[in-house]
Amino acid sequence: MQEVTENKNYVPTIVAFCCNWCSYAGADLAGTSRLEYPANVKIIRVPCSCRVNPMFVLKAFQRGADGVIICGCHPGDCHYMTGNYYARRRMSLLFNFLNYLGIEKERTRVEWVSAAEGAKFSAVMNDFAKTINALGENKRLQDLRVKEDK
Amino acid sequence: MSNMQELIIKKATDLLTDNTVDRVIGWKKGEFVFDPSPAIFNSVDELKDFVYNPFCGANLSKYLIAECKKGGKIAVFLKACDTYSFNQLLTEKRIKKEMIVPVLVQCDGMLDISKIKTEETGAVLDVKDDGDKITVVSPYGDKVIAKADALLVKCETCKGFANVDGAEKIEVGESTLPQGDRFDMVKKLEAMSEEERFAFWKGELSKCIRCNACRNVCPACSCTKCVFDNVNSGVESKANADSVEEQMFHIIRAFHVTGRCTDCGECSRVCPQHIPLHLINRKFIKDANTLYGEYQAGEVVDSKTPLTSYTEKDLDPTVAVNTEGVRNA
Repeated sequence: MQEVTENKNYVPTIVAFCCNWCSYAGADLAGTSRLEYPANVKIIRVPCSCRVNPMFVLKAFQRGADGVIICGCHPGDCHYMTGNYYARRRMSLLFNFLNYLGIEKERTRVEWVSAAEGAKFSAVMNDFAKTINALGENKRLQDLRVKEDK
Repeated sequence: MSNMQELIIKKATDLLTDNTVDRVIGWKKGEFVFDPSPAIFNSVDELKDFVYNPFCGANLSKYLIAECKKGGKIAVFLKACDTYSFNQLLTEKRIKKEMIVPVLVQCDGMLDISKIKTEETGAVLDVKDDGDKITVVSPYGDKVIAKADALLVKCETCKGFANVDGAEKIEVGESTLPQGDRFDMVKKLEAMSEEERFAFWKGELSKCIRCNACRNVCPACSCTKCVFDNVNSGVESKANADSVEEQMFHIIRAFHVTGRCTDCGECSRVCPQHIPLHLINRKFIKDANTLYGEYQAGEVVDSKTPLTSYTEKDLDPTVAVNTEGVRNA
């Protein structure tokens, strides 16, 4: 009889909020260029990085994300002119505050990726996945009910 | 202070008698000396219940939002910290300047009953204010304690009055309040390790019973429909199921008033569980000050808040979080 072996390899869940005009297209370019990035990065398309409500970030963590990354157009290149400038301020304050509450600061990140930067997108995601992998599960900001195996 | 009360009642009587205003927002006598509550006085007769004592910590500016919708003219009494909320509400166009007669009143620091009422004193019958010291009258005798030890957290570091356009000021003598660094405790927390900070906040926030008092009292938190009242949010009208819900409520509550919070300290004052909510708001204020320049909400009417403006040179969030200057400044 075949032995049942449990797979105990930990795979983190990463949520990436990508702006429709730059980073989402950047992810597309990474794909069509056959560049690899971890499959556990779940991309959520948003119209602009400033569409990301702080509640989205917290909800992602609550629902089991181990890391949240927000990708937008480079400052100055926003499709809506100023969206990412506001997002930059909001997220700076939010991330600092999460750290103040004792949440590891490496779990949150903002990166600027343009539509032409497929390679950067893949590099950023690989690096972020590596960081989160090293950090391990997010236990401080999650709803215990969403994890099956505790 | 009692002299102040007479002066304030006289002012209110004058304003109501000569029909300058239709109603007055003030503090009404409660069952005990330490529980006056905000109230609307419609006539001179009702003013007999008007009280101004060291327990009138309540900020009256938020009541103007509802009163302005009713029409007429309203007089309001504002202590030093309340003037910032008043200006901020004017900035946000929540209240109408032409409908309001603001009267600034001197405040020598408001007291926190939870710091006065101890097992030793038992019931508190009366509290007498003698400048530096206060006398607590209880069934077990009088007790004299230093006023500085019984002040509300917000009064430990007083900002003084903001400039309120065209407001009259009632004062007797000089007001003396301790001048401390309001970010003291925030800095202490920042110096802790992540684990210690997490343990501290878990301990504090898990006390939360989601009574929403902090939200309802906050002059900046005045949306007609609140995100936490949304039936689809999963957080409406219920106790917290686990730590993340506590954290989420408090993070979002504080984030929604970032840049508009005047640090009036009402949230900490009303919290029945004594959660130091001001430490949450002050962290946001401190970071915004360090990253985007000193800003005091409500100091200047029609000023731009840190989150409604930007510069091209702002730091990236990842850099800002890792900047020692921000975390330890």
